[in-house]
Amino acid sequence: MSAEGIGARVLRKEDKRFITGKGKYTDDFTVPDMHFAAFVRSPHAHANIKSIDKSAAEAMSGVVGVLDGKELTGDGIGNIICGWMIHSKDGSPMNMGAWSALATEKVRYVGDAVAVVIASTQAQAKAAAEAVVVDYEVLPVVVSAVEALNDSAPQIHENAPGNLIYDWEIGEDVDKVEAAIAGAAHVTEMDITNNRLAPNAMETRAALANYDAAEEHFTLHTTSQNPHVARLVLSAFYQVAPEHKLRVIAPDVGGGFGSKIFVYPEEIVCLWASRKCGVPVKWTADRTEAFLADAHGRDHVTKAKIGFDANNKIVGFKIDTIANLGAYMSLFSSSVPTYLYATLLSGQYNIANVHCNVRSVYTNTAPVDAYRGAGRPEAAYVVERIMETAARELGVSPAELRRNNFITEFPHQTPVIFAYDVGDFNATLDAAMKAADYDGFSARRSEAESRGKKRGIGMSCYIEACGIAPSAAVGSLGAGVGLWESAEVRVNPVGTIEILTGSHSHGQGHETSFAQLASDRFGLPTGNIQVVHGDTDKVQFGMGTYGSRSGAVGMSAISKALDKVEAKAKKIAAHLMEADEGDIVIENGEVKVAGTDKTLGWHEICLAAYMAHNLPEGMEPGLKEGAFYDPANFTFPAGAYICEVEVDPETGTTEIVQFVAADDFGRIINPMIVEGQVHGGVTQGIGQAMLENAVYDDSGQLLSASYMDYTMPRADDVPSYNLSTHETICPNNPLGMKGCGEAGAIGSPPAVINAITDAIGNNNLNMPATPSRVWAALNA
Amino acid sequence: MSTVKMTVNGKEVSADVEDRTLLSAYLRENLNLTGTHIGCDTSQCGACVIHVDGKAVKSCTMLAIQASGSEVTTIEGLANGGDLHPVQTAFKENHGLQCGFCTPGMIMSAVDMINRHGGANLDEKTIRQELEGNICRCTGYHNIVRSIEAAAKVMA
Repeated sequence: MSAEGIGARVLRKEDKRFITGKGKYTDDFTVPDMHFAAFVRSPHAHANIKSIDKSAAEAMSGVVGVLDGKELTGDGIGNIICGWMIHSKDGSPMNMGAWSALATEKVRYVGDAVAVVIASTQAQAKAAAEAVVVDYEVLPVVVSAVEALNDSAPQIHENAPGNLIYDWEIGEDVDKVEAAIAGAAHVTEMDITNNRLAPNAMETRAALANYDAAEEHFTLHTTSQNPHVARLVLSAFYQVAPEHKLRVIAPDVGGGFGSKIFVYPEEIVCLWASRKCGVPVKWTADRTEAFLADAHGRDHVTKAKIGFDANNKIVGFKIDTIANLGAYMSLFSSSVPTYLYATLLSGQYNIANVHCNVRSVYTNTAPVDAYRGAGRPEAAYVVERIMETAARELGVSPAELRRNNFITEFPHQTPVIFAYDVGDFNATLDAAMKAADYDGFSARRSEAESRGKKRGIGMSCYIEACGIAPSAAVGSLGAGVGLWESAEVRVNPVGTIEILTGSHSHGQGHETSFAQLASDRFGLPTGNIQVVHGDTDKVQFGMGTYGSRSGAVGMSAISKALDKVEAKAKKIAAHLMEADEGDIVIENGEVKVAGTDKTLGWHEICLAAYMAHNLPEGMEPGLKEGAFYDPANFTFPAGAYICEVEVDPETGTTEIVQFVAADDFGRIINPMIVEGQVHGGVTQGIGQAMLENAVYDDSGQLLSASYMDYTMPRADDVPSYNLSTHETICPNNPLGMKGCGEAGAIGSPPAVINAITDAIGNNNLNMPATPSRVWAALNA
Repeated sequence: MSTVKMTVNGKEVSADVEDRTLLSAYLRENLNLTGTHIGCDTSQCGACVIHVDGKAVKSCTMLAIQASGSEVTTIEGLANGGDLHPVQTAFKENHGLQCGFCTPGMIMSAVDMINRHGGANLDEKTIRQELEGNICRCTGYHNIVRSIEAAAKVMA
């Protein structure tokens, strides 16, 4: 242990560069002779490309190249792939349509890239992109996933008849679940829509590609959450360059929230164009491009019904979901509405009979993929809205109905794959209800009524799955990659340490919390420990940061590497101090023989390892160890959120008067950073519930493509939060961690909507609960 | 093309720029002051907030030539040598930043807010209303508000 070890609120090591303007994001890099890319994007949601006339653009000042999709495919650049195979319930593989980084024959959504202009300045590139003349034959459009399944809907990809990507199921036999619900004493049925969102990391995506012809080597600076995966995919599938000839650097990255996991057309095109035009190429999305072309999130339409027996125990739960995956299948898109969604539909509840059917479909909209929570928010929203609704219909307290059905014994095998390892759902619900003064609500409601306000309270008891994931398990479910993590701990001769990690920090504070692990282990100040990440030339390989995996998986890999360093250091110390290895203790930067006054400084052991004058027989010099960690199970963060609102019946305006979160994340390394993750996640969830909506009109135009049209949560839209944590230690990784990055966005939307519907007395309300929708529901 | 001359972070600078050059672009591209960030194209996000003649300005709403003759301070010029400004210190001590992208604009807005209201007069509601022009996607604003409250106390 140390003052800056596990559990300490260590201030962030990385902050100084950010608060002084010295952060280095992709767009901040310049290289000699740098040129700029501007993309020609389709203004139509669905059209055949009849011809492309580049002549006017090519003649413009500063232009060095105008490149199209036929040249791209002609150079052997491969189509963009989805890396998770899902099979339909009839056994057939998913229907993946071709996605070229620049469209060749057809465009399928507004913003689909058709050509790229490379020019000396950004202004020249943008001006020339405007001068590229594309002759389109406009085709009929469908933007709604439900309508895309109609017989009359336009066909988007030839190999996906009826626009159906897959028709998949999970859980107990559907007839058995139907029979259980048919025999129930009470059945609650709901139609539930999960609104489409735009991720909106504040730093837009960017790429700086630089081809060195002499070395036949590429360097790509890019906004990635997982630079090694990007390199692998760019190399193995898109044939941009072999891995050893491609260095990917993800420097400071301004937020990701899932949207920067995927390899997009623009990075591929910039790399290819850099070689083709013989100049370094930079592209930085403007915000409208980000709205149009970043992968969106959510967009589910669900029918659900749940049955209870006479004792209010759940007897069956049946869910039927249609998921909109947009115009093309993005990198992990297929897994989001299946294994990241339906596997959580048992919630915190002991349900013998669960069945879920999911149809994923193509539409003429931006691709949809993982966005903070990725499938689990959609699951929590279904489960927690229907539980609250059932409680209202049954006339019992929402807390008691939940408690009556909580899983209380672990491990618990659900009917939808997951085996929950540990948890205490009553403890987090107790903590939330106490913090929210739940018992005092009726008095507060009366007081609000006296002021003409309608007050409501709602809860959500979410569970999610993180720590993705056991590689063999996800492999058996169709994942195209293993989901382990790697780490290397390099101890320098003077005793300072570098930790190299395959995780990537884009706001999560890894440079601090990862350093705390080594501080904890050897009693060193975190100032003596440097965390290195985000560069494929420095870190050998890694799977990156998403799915709240950097703690449970990434830090476990570091812990394993620290084990090896500690073991070797103890061997050296035992040799030098002529003691038994088992008696060596390392603490506070000192290496001691227990029960004696023999002591050496940590730095003396490290120096001895590198001097190699006096090492144990046969030991290699040096002190550097690596580890790969493949998790034994998913982890299951869970908690209880309570939201209390006041609605102004005159205007339909909702104010969140308190928001309480009680979470179980397992062991916490840095509580300050964990709280920050919850603050941000809850705010994104409130954004989904009350403000945010990515809206296409019937012709496929994105109506919400700027901050004038898409409502981001701002400081005066949200309250200060009341947080607490309850730790049940995860038994499946060395640190006992579960993960905290997404919980806030998963647990909060149902709590907010449950509160607003409680306030207005009408359960028929969709997200986002804007003032006009709330007013209409109140006056329906 | 026009010639712009201004003082940026205490240093006289001058350049010939296209008339349409935004102040934000001039700072980033001509002066390599990349701490001023561009997060949108509709002057909504506030990542590019700087001080022009002591007032907070979204530098994407102003042409470089409009700032000619002005005193400009960017995030790089806020600290006094090695001594951080109290608002910078407060953001670090209160975990008021995560990815850091909105942070320069947040800090420059916060300094201006405290200067205008006086440190003793800033309550949470006012701070949240004053932050209307700055979007953060990471922090949920909770710790940004705490940071500004803390800095306001120090500066009162």
